[in-house]
Amino acid sequence: MLSKLSAGKQRFLAGLSLSVSAIVSAPVFASNEVNVYSYRQPFLIQPIFNAFTRDTGIKVNVVFAKKGLTERLVREGRNSPADLVFTVDIGSLEEVVSANVVQSLNDPILEKNIPAQYRSPTGQWFGLTTRARAIFASKDRVKSGDITNYEDLADPKWKGKVCSRSGKHPYNLALIASMIAEHGDAYTEQWLTAVKTNLARKPQGNDREQVKAIKDGLCDVSLGNSYYYGAMLTDEEQFEWANAVNIIFPNQSNRGTHVNISGMSLTQSAPNKENAVRLMHFLTEDLAQRMYSEQNFEYPIKPGVQASGLVTSWGSYKADARPLSEIARFRPDAVKMVDRVGFDN
Amino acid sequence: MTHNATLSKHPIARLSYWVKNPWLASTALIAAIVSLPIFAVFWLALFPKDNIWPHLLETVLPDYLANTAMLMLGTGALSLCIGVGCAWLVTMYRFPGRRLFEWALLLPFAVPAYVIAYVYTDLLEYSGLLQSSLRSWFGWQTPHDYWFPPIRSMGGAIIMMSLVLYPYIYMLARAAFLEQPMALMWVSRNLGCSPLKTFFKVSLPIARPAIAVGLSLVLMETLNDFGTVDFFAVKTLTAGLYDTWLNMNNIGGASQIASLMLIVMVTLILLEQFSRRKQKLFQPKNQAQPLEQLPLSKGKALAATSVCAFPVILGFIIPVASLSHFAWLYFEQSWTSEFVTHAINSFSLSVAAAIATLVIGTLLAYSARLNSSGPVNAMVKISSLGYAMPGAVLAIGVIIPLAAFDNAVDSWFRQTFNVSTGLLLSGTLFALLFSYVVRFLAVSSGAIQSSLDKVTPSMDMAARSLGASNTRTLLKIHLPIISGSLLTAMLVVFVDCMKELPATLILRPFNFETLATYVYQYASDEQLETCALAALVIVLVGIGPVILLSKSIASTRQRQS
Repeated sequence: MLSKLSAGKQRFLAGLSLSVSAIVSAPVFASNEVNVYSYRQPFLIQPIFNAFTRDTGIKVNVVFAKKGLTERLVREGRNSPADLVFTVDIGSLEEVVSANVVQSLNDPILEKNIPAQYRSPTGQWFGLTTRARAIFASKDRVKSGDITNYEDLADPKWKGKVCSRSGKHPYNLALIASMIAEHGDAYTEQWLTAVKTNLARKPQGNDREQVKAIKDGLCDVSLGNSYYYGAMLTDEEQFEWANAVNIIFPNQSNRGTHVNISGMSLTQSAPNKENAVRLMHFLTEDLAQRMYSEQNFEYPIKPGVQASGLVTSWGSYKADARPLSEIARFRPDAVKMVDRVGFDN
Repeated sequence: MTHNATLSKHPIARLSYWVKNPWLASTALIAAIVSLPIFAVFWLALFPKDNIWPHLLETVLPDYLANTAMLMLGTGALSLCIGVGCAWLVTMYRFPGRRLFEWALLLPFAVPAYVIAYVYTDLLEYSGLLQSSLRSWFGWQTPHDYWFPPIRSMGGAIIMMSLVLYPYIYMLARAAFLEQPMALMWVSRNLGCSPLKTFFKVSLPIARPAIAVGLSLVLMETLNDFGTVDFFAVKTLTAGLYDTWLNMNNIGGASQIASLMLIVMVTLILLEQFSRRKQKLFQPKNQAQPLEQLPLSKGKALAATSVCAFPVILGFIIPVASLSHFAWLYFEQSWTSEFVTHAINSFSLSVAAAIATLVIGTLLAYSARLNSSGPVNAMVKISSLGYAMPGAVLAIGVIIPLAAFDNAVDSWFRQTFNVSTGLLLSGTLFALLFSYVVRFLAVSSGAIQSSLDKVTPSMDMAARSLGASNTRTLLKIHLPIISGSLLTAMLVVFVDCMKELPATLILRPFNFETLATYVYQYASDEQLETCALAALVIVLVGIGPVILLSKSIASTRQRQS
């Protein structure tokens, strides 16, 4: 509809809708935009949103926070201006589903672009990119083949040589949940306890911090998301850290490496549903998928899209084929297990 | 009491009672509105998804409680020592640099806790500047060759938090010391007390209410902090709260923990007030004698200078130098065209919030003075508890009443006119302003109330007997007397708003960034370097008010003499 108007009128309308929504945040008036609540840092996705706006003329408005957006959606209810929620892992995707603030979407394009294991069976969430939970091992002190499975982290030979961030971090919780899904409660608790006794220091810092600790000689192996390897290799100061480790994709001879996703969901209220679905399509198509990989070193979720040169250079790997929705079911158990083991103490 | 009797019997009498007491009515209304978010959290606490307590008690709760107690005790004690000690030195003694320290001691207040935590971790960890230098001097090779205290620890958290929080105590203690009657000190000295004994026997008891307000702010901030303790891997109750909320998906359970924290805080405040229930001091009408500073011997003067220099260097100079260094290195990533917009957003929002908080704080404090007991007074107390709650939880408490209001209005319009009004308040700047007022009311009303308390009631009586109304008495008598404290309160809230993060993140409108939220998206990934420039601006913008603050505190004495 708007495309029939002259550019000047469009600008006027955009300005008008902007000033109206500044006073009364009612997106009813604003038809040429799409509103996003994002648990992901905007600087990671803004370039891709900009490409979408260039392509379609649809403006993407963002609110970013690391917590609380789900509650905001619940309370705003049917009047919520948000169309989409973006999340960084499977935990927050399940959170919006259980809070009943997202709707199912049966969409052939999304279903074609995203493998079944990386979207909800009911169409309530869709993966955008995948990241492997890799093991980083010192180039100097760990021989190739010394560690090949997550299970090996419990081996007493690593006593005092493992570094980790908090066991309560969503990425670690998802990994522990995947272990529970594979081995059951009792085995996983034993494993986690043994990993705890192998820790070189109390869990602290983020994934990069652990790699830095390996470079400093504080420990030999750590867990980390694959894209951090790329981010560090392309950072002037952090190159040294990453250069001190090898990236290892665990469990290649059995179930495969644990993979998590960044994802998106269509909200219940979705006042700009049409635009929102267009954005969802755009993000799962080749251009955006490629951008994700080039800029954030994540793995494209759409089969057949080539990852960036750097990411490809780490070699291909086999991913755990278990559906994420099944792994997510064990997340609450994982949280309590971390407490019982006292992993973070 | 006769009022109450009438109240319970006749609704009309009750109405006329409120109408005849506009002060009471407006206070009750404002206090009720400001308390809404706090009550919303209590309400959430009634509906937990699971009962979290058996699991918590069995596993981590004892540790969380012990860590929380330790952190509060440590931060409280260290902040008290630095704050009261330095305030006493710069007020009572002459030594080199005293005039500079008077205001410089307030500077660390402008540094956000997460910034100082980040900067010191960068300096003091294994690969940091200090340890690297030590290794190269002493020829150590590996981490096992020597011992160095880990910065990411309870001790680290206590020191970092004290460094940025002691100014609360310093500024209130200094104002109280400045206002103390010189005559009392002479009497004490004439009776043979040493300066030190005079300090403990006379000055400290006089300043105690003000120091208690400062300490309670420090403790509330310590209790509700998440960023710093999370960074230092210290598991406190707040860590348990966020774990329950985000990982166990149980906002009800999290609200129970938040409510528990609030109860603990209230108990502490009440205990302190109860313990000095029989003390009362009103300002003598004129203080003709100027405060007289005692000279110090050379050695002692040097010691005083170093004592005061320490917190300024550690809490301000080192963090700012480090930030400047990062800002220089990463200038290209740091500088964006939107930068100025973020700064303007931060600044104007903080100014508006400071003014709103001041007006509401004054209104509530004055009404509390007019009615020293009863439900209104209790309401005023409750309304200033927002500071004891973690910001993100309070933000949810803000969303609940605002969204309920919006949706009710919308439903009514849909039914009556078949028009949707959408969300009128949620997701707007109003929501942000409201949350700032709720969060920082404690900061302003504490300062206002403690200085109002010192105005002798004979002033009120005189004004009233001459026929002035309550409003006129406030405007013509009280406000001029306490104007110094009002300015102080406003500036403190301003600086606090510049640093505010959790509520801003959750409640803000689309595409709205403040300097703090801009810094956060990088800092949350432990990449503060890339946005050091913005962090530096937060600190620098805070310096102006801090200097004004010091001037306003210092002028209290001159105005009165």
